[in-house]
Amino acid sequence: MHMATTVLDRTRTLLAGNIAGERIAANAEEWVASATALHGAGARLLTLWGTDDRDRDRCFRIYAAWLHAAGLVVLEHAIEDRTHPTYPSLAELFPAAGRMERAVYDLLGIASTAPDRRGWLRHNGWPEDVFPLRRDFDATRQHAVQSLPYAYVEVEGDGVHEIAVGPVHAGIIEPGGFRFSVVGEKVLRLEERLGYTHKGVARRFQGMPQASGHKLAARLSGDSAVAFSWAWCAALESIAGVVCPPRAAALRGLALEHERLANHLGDLGALGNDAGFAFGLTQFSRLKEDLLRLNAEVFSARYLMDFVVPGGVAADLPRLASDRLYALYAHLELAAAELRSIYDEHAGVQDRFRETGRLDRDTAVRLGALGLAARASGIANDLRADHPWAPYDRLDAQSAGQNGGDVAARVQVRFDEIFESLRLCRMLLAELPEGPVRTAVDAAEPYGMGIGVIEGWRGPVAMVLETGPEGTIRRCHAHDASAQNWPLLEYAILGNLVPDFPLINKSFNLSYSGQDG
Amino acid sequence: MSALTLVRQLGEVVLAVAIAPLFMGWIAQCRAWLQNRTAPPLTQPYRMLRKLFRKDAALAADASPLFRTAPYVLFGTMVLAAAIIPSIATDLPFARAADAIALIGLFATARVFMALAAMDIGTAFGSLGARREMMIGFLAEPAFLMVLFNAFLLYGSTALPSLVEANATRRFFIDPSVIFAEIAFIMVLLAENARIPIDNPATHLELTMIHEAMVLEYSARHLALIEWAADLKLFNYACIGFALFLPWGIAVHGADGGGALLLAAAALLVKLAFAGASLALIESLSAKLRIFRAPEYLAMAFLLAVLGLLVHLLLGANIHA
Repeated sequence: MHMATTVLDRTRTLLAGNIAGERIAANAEEWVASATALHGAGARLLTLWGTDDRDRDRCFRIYAAWLHAAGLVVLEHAIEDRTHPTYPSLAELFPAAGRMERAVYDLLGIASTAPDRRGWLRHNGWPEDVFPLRRDFDATRQHAVQSLPYAYVEVEGDGVHEIAVGPVHAGIIEPGGFRFSVVGEKVLRLEERLGYTHKGVARRFQGMPQASGHKLAARLSGDSAVAFSWAWCAALESIAGVVCPPRAAALRGLALEHERLANHLGDLGALGNDAGFAFGLTQFSRLKEDLLRLNAEVFSARYLMDFVVPGGVAADLPRLASDRLYALYAHLELAAAELRSIYDEHAGVQDRFRETGRLDRDTAVRLGALGLAARASGIANDLRADHPWAPYDRLDAQSAGQNGGDVAARVQVRFDEIFESLRLCRMLLAELPEGPVRTAVDAAEPYGMGIGVIEGWRGPVAMVLETGPEGTIRRCHAHDASAQNWPLLEYAILGNLVPDFPLINKSFNLSYSGQDG
Repeated sequence: MSALTLVRQLGEVVLAVAIAPLFMGWIAQCRAWLQNRTAPPLTQPYRMLRKLFRKDAALAADASPLFRTAPYVLFGTMVLAAAIIPSIATDLPFARAADAIALIGLFATARVFMALAAMDIGTAFGSLGARREMMIGFLAEPAFLMVLFNAFLLYGSTALPSLVEANATRRFFIDPSVIFAEIAFIMVLLAENARIPIDNPATHLELTMIHEAMVLEYSARHLALIEWAADLKLFNYACIGFALFLPWGIAVHGADGGGALLLAAAALLVKLAFAGASLALIESLSAKLRIFRAPEYLAMAFLLAVLGLLVHLLLGANIHA
């Protein structure tokens, strides 16, 4: 970080958000120089986005955010060439940037210098010279869908053939295209094609009233409703200068941990099922259902939709809720411990889990892995522990960690996190502060920027908010850690067997909707 | 051949075709109970068949006549197999027509047709399933033959009726070679019928499928026939198992009047109930094997069956009662 800060000392400003951060303006050379310095310092790319500011200062802007030891760094590069806006690519340094840059081009028409110019989100749903996030985009115009082939990378060789899976899958899951190049049952290469669930959320945010943005945020990826809506609210509150009341912060923490618990329980069951061990699925589904039903009673929503609102939470806990919650935690802890020993001691299940879908630490670091998948490959990272915000600043959350990098390691991380989450839930309940659960948030002043970053169950979820005049949203960029972690899957599968793919995929369980936006 | 034997033969085939889905339903029920789930009704497979028969069939544009005829061939071979395998009575005209080795050939015919039909459409999953099915098949068949050789050696015949009669009428003892053969047989049965640990009949994950991947493109009556044939196949394997290892209660030649047949049918139901519950238990306790463990698994079955033969020869048992 020293290099980046020395190069750019003159233009640093503080960044509004729930974790400490700074914002640095950079020209094209400085953009590359500071990215290189950040890479050298071991910072991990969090997200990359662009804006059309031609209406304000006749520029396009490209931004990139990194997480590093001291917090968040956002680089900002104004592009003055309005006819062919271009910026230096970061994909060489940060491979995860490649797809983000392609997405930025599809939506805004500002191109990176990277050689891969294939569309990522556009899917021929609108013409190549139309860019939905530009200020002069006409949303009322209809465009015919053109069907154009996508240039998958081809693998040639004796006995190599391709298996195309998706985008529509046999189960009720999200759509995504997977192209396998295989020899027999062995996978030589996997190429993903995502973007099938692109809903234009960023465009929808533009001009929306700030007071209702949290609802759209919660719906970006349904299994991370709390993380996204909290990140959104954190961004808005930081711009508006509102501090969420302590009781509300604690309740948000409780909801976030419930979300983590529900997803981990569901995943552990599904992982057992994908290994052909249906017993695991029924047991974990039962536990998850117990939790969801109590969620419905305590938070008024099974999947905690719209519980987090600007300025706090939607409602306080009902009377006597804590007794029910404590009872559930005890029940979950006991059952999860018992099921863990069944998984650990089942030879067949362990044979499927171990050494399957191994992602070694070096690859994970190189690709910029984040969150749960990174923790299973020996990279300690957890915002709750590294950059704790309220209420985590008083909880001393422990980051889980495994070194195996295989399916078994990702299973163990989930088990560890279940027990840690239960501990955090108990602490939050036991020390629940008194007071209001919501405070008023007035319209934030225009042209402010704030970033909310919340450690969701997959990894960091980021919401970048730029306010517009009269309490509207000027620009909102949502980012899920899935964007970084989808490419990990392409590496974890290498050399594995085709029928092991669903198990490996499930062990990551990444969001299609979150990455597609 | 009397008219009575014909009636007996016909009755046996009709019974097999009628209760094969019931057997599948029973296994599904046991599995659900063992996994703490609410079980589907016993008649669920019949409802499924009724639903499928009522639907209009969709065929891929590239489907050849082979694709359309394969389900009928499959169903036909399984019905024929049911006629050959003595399940209630041993005095069956069909059973004398083919021995156990021909029976394996019959199953192989069905398999080849299914694999060809799967590749006919040219989808990635069909070929993938067919390839895997052939791999499992060519590994399972030798093991199955070895299991049968155990019985041939013990009872001195390759014809199932004589074998069953010799088995059913001998005095009771436990031959160590039979234990080996039995374990090997159960392993082969699970592999051949697309059950866990080799295949997972309940999965929706195309990439992991074997049997299901082959039939993904089928619908309506074609799919119904395939499902029904799969039920029959499992039923047939169970009956082979009973013939080899649990023959008691079957109506043997010369003692197959109405009462004996009724008793034999009751015995069959009891045996099926027991076998179904045991299968469900095995499946619930085990996880699915990685596909490259399947050769090891089937080699183990082969080895056990060979061990059975060796034990028999080493002990030099003179069992022919």
